[in-house]
Amino acid sequence: MMNHQQTSFLLGRLGLDSLPLHEPILVATFSVVALGGIAVFGAITYFRLWGYLWREWFTTVDHKRIGIMYMILGIIMLLRGFADAIMMRLQQAIAFGGSDGYLPAHHYDQVFTAHGVIMIFFVAMPVVTGLMNYVVPLQIGARDVSFPFLNNFSFWMTTAGAVLVMMSLFIGEFARTGWLAYPPLSNIAYSPDVGVDYYIWALQIAGVGTLLSGVNLICTIIKMRAPGMKMMQMPVFTWTALCTNVLIVAAFPVLTAVMVLLSLDRYVGTNFFTNDFGGNPMMYVNLIWIWGHPEVYILILPMFGVFSEVTSTFCGKRLFGYTSMVYATIVITILSYLVWLHHFFTMGSGASVNSFFGITTMIISIPTGAKMFNWLFTMYKGRIRYDLPMMWTVAFMLTFVIGGMSGVMLAVPPADFSLHNSLFLIAHFHNVIIGGVLFGLFAAINFWYPKAFGYKLDPFWGKISFWCWVIGFYLAFMPLYVLGLMGVTRRMRVFDDPSLQIWFVIAGIGAAVIAVGIGAFLVQLVVSYMKREQLRDTTGDPWDARTLEWATSSPPPDYNFAFTPVVHDLDAWWDMKQHGYKRPLTGYKPIHMPKNTGAGIILAGLSLVTGFALIWYIWWLAALGFISLLAVAIGHTFNYKRDFHIPAEEVEKTENERTRILAAQG
Amino acid sequence: MTATASAAQDTATRIYHHETEHTHPEGSSTLLGFWIYLMSDCLIFAVLFATYGVLGGNYAAGPAPKDLFELPLVALNTSMLLLSSITYGFAVIAMQNRNRKSTQTWLLITALFGLAFISIELFEFSELIHEGATPQRSAFLSSFFTLVGTHGLHVTFGIVWIFTLVTQIAKHGLVEANRRRLMCLSMFWHFLDVVWIGVFTFVYLMGMLR
Repeated sequence: MMNHQQTSFLLGRLGLDSLPLHEPILVATFSVVALGGIAVFGAITYFRLWGYLWREWFTTVDHKRIGIMYMILGIIMLLRGFADAIMMRLQQAIAFGGSDGYLPAHHYDQVFTAHGVIMIFFVAMPVVTGLMNYVVPLQIGARDVSFPFLNNFSFWMTTAGAVLVMMSLFIGEFARTGWLAYPPLSNIAYSPDVGVDYYIWALQIAGVGTLLSGVNLICTIIKMRAPGMKMMQMPVFTWTALCTNVLIVAAFPVLTAVMVLLSLDRYVGTNFFTNDFGGNPMMYVNLIWIWGHPEVYILILPMFGVFSEVTSTFCGKRLFGYTSMVYATIVITILSYLVWLHHFFTMGSGASVNSFFGITTMIISIPTGAKMFNWLFTMYKGRIRYDLPMMWTVAFMLTFVIGGMSGVMLAVPPADFSLHNSLFLIAHFHNVIIGGVLFGLFAAINFWYPKAFGYKLDPFWGKISFWCWVIGFYLAFMPLYVLGLMGVTRRMRVFDDPSLQIWFVIAGIGAAVIAVGIGAFLVQLVVSYMKREQLRDTTGDPWDARTLEWATSSPPPDYNFAFTPVVHDLDAWWDMKQHGYKRPLTGYKPIHMPKNTGAGIILAGLSLVTGFALIWYIWWLAALGFISLLAVAIGHTFNYKRDFHIPAEEVEKTENERTRILAAQG
Repeated sequence: MTATASAAQDTATRIYHHETEHTHPEGSSTLLGFWIYLMSDCLIFAVLFATYGVLGGNYAAGPAPKDLFELPLVALNTSMLLLSSITYGFAVIAMQNRNRKSTQTWLLITALFGLAFISIELFEFSELIHEGATPQRSAFLSSFFTLVGTHGLHVTFGIVWIFTLVTQIAKHGLVEANRRRLMCLSMFWHFLDVVWIGVFTFVYLMGMLR
């Protein structure tokens, strides 16, 4: 092999010294995680829940349950990613005047890398995918997605990637390269340890899941819409989901390919991104941003859809400028492929190339601005109800405009030459990702939670969480704009100039306020569960909403709709309500549904083993894992009986129960 | 006015659900889904082609295409793959005629051509490596081996799939599910043929001109 570490046949380069026993922070974290893990496992065993979890959740092909599992994964990983964030804020707030802070460089570099990787790949992506999974089939009046088994498999692959990242915390280490692992630093010569290998295989395994789920949702939206629903009658969230998934399918293969090239450099010794033998590190930077820029639109587009649904619902009005909203989304989808080079104007491509990419970048603000005006005009003369989803939407509109404007500043190549890689950039992208994706996530959770669980979320704790997040965000990131303009670069561990410290202290306080916001959100979940009888939604339509997902009960039955709805109007459910639609009470038919399967979790588990073996150079295990993977995958294709019918009596029983509840509330 | 009246009547009699169960036949999205997957695979090849385009001239004082490529061998290899596409076409025709035996036979012949292609490619690779033109030698060779090798891996996967499908047809006959799979594999196989034409042109032919 390329590096000179001690390796053995049985365990590769894995040994006792791979455990970070000498780092007290990690040992303490590990103890807490281990104790928590034992408690959860113990509780599940004590209450005999394993069978239930396996049958009803792990093997499920129901898009609603898979969507919920994605959200749970995203929220758990948010806690991990945020722990990294607060560690960085603390380090930067105290590492002044000769102090080294409390994090050694070796650890600090892993923390900022893990923070970025986790927040993008294992928080934002699962959350976005989970939302689309849950909402899209309901919005288009379908019973499930096009490929229910693939959906389950995709979820478990994403989870396997997340597990690998978490394992790197306690077995070995994570990459110390920054979240995009630029070579030559990420190449074997400068990062000989397992960190970058963890990075590569976590992204590759999760990437398979993301790509397949993208294919799945495109097919679902194109093929499974309820009769009557034309493309230009799809709810805006479904439109944004379609564009997002097109972006996923068109962008993620590039990431897969560039990760393959990097692993060949690391494992085989090829010369794609090396400094000698003709390699070209800038090739990597170009390729990864050809994936990376569409990626940020993958995250934000669905949230634009969420804000559109929320605005029209809580203003009691049809969305202003539906058509322009759709075209703005499509234009953003296309333009997102023409801007990647603005991430490295300083590469030195020359004035013409930089001007081209600067201008395309600025042009994106036009469709985005059009969206902003559409939301404002929807609110204009609307009967606005300031429930939590609407509050998050207004906070988003204010915050996102600021982030958008700092983005346009960065798009000017000469300005970028001085702002490049500074904290101004960090402030900018947190401004759009927190102000856009995170706020959108909370709007969406508060909006659709009653649909998923049958009761609303508690508004009191929701508002505490809201204000802490919003105030905390401004406290934490506005100082970074200031610091960035003063020329402070990103990823610094210690500082010399004491006049900078106050800004870092303010930012640290902001992070602490956000921590309270996250805590209040978790409390909100618990309190709402305890008060669920008071918060119960018996109507299925607690917000007087407009789209089809509100036409069925909360939570929806396995089959979503007893009868497939027929769509005549853009706001299909609103149209049904306006015309005094009566729910049919008889004439139920058996419903054709897909069967649960354990193949997804098994395949993902084998991928995890294979990935782990490759990271640690345990070649026999990698070979064994890969061969079993192939065998199980081929074996699964020999299963031809993948569906069943829900008998009409069962449908009738479920629907009669709903009739009784609806009658009871008058 | 009549327009409004008829519109009002239209909305009054609107049907909001189907009385009969509305089904999407199983597998109705599969061909579309597989197409989309193929396009994503196509992007992987696009990246590899682009990498070859950028790095393909970086010989690092090592061998260049002219020193390495043997066009007659590549021509033989190309003919193997092109013939396999024709024989796959015959397999599809046999399937349309509901001729199970003939379908299986043509599929196996296709697999044989595929195996011939892979063997010739491996022979070519081993010759190159013996001459010292290893993937590690230069960025040109890194990108050459990766582009051609990725295509070869796809063909290998296609061969495994053919054997799997032949077994499944033996077990269940030309049922709807198997016909659908045969069509997906058909798209996959022809797609690899198209990619190879790109490899043959851009890597081998244009490499000789460089």
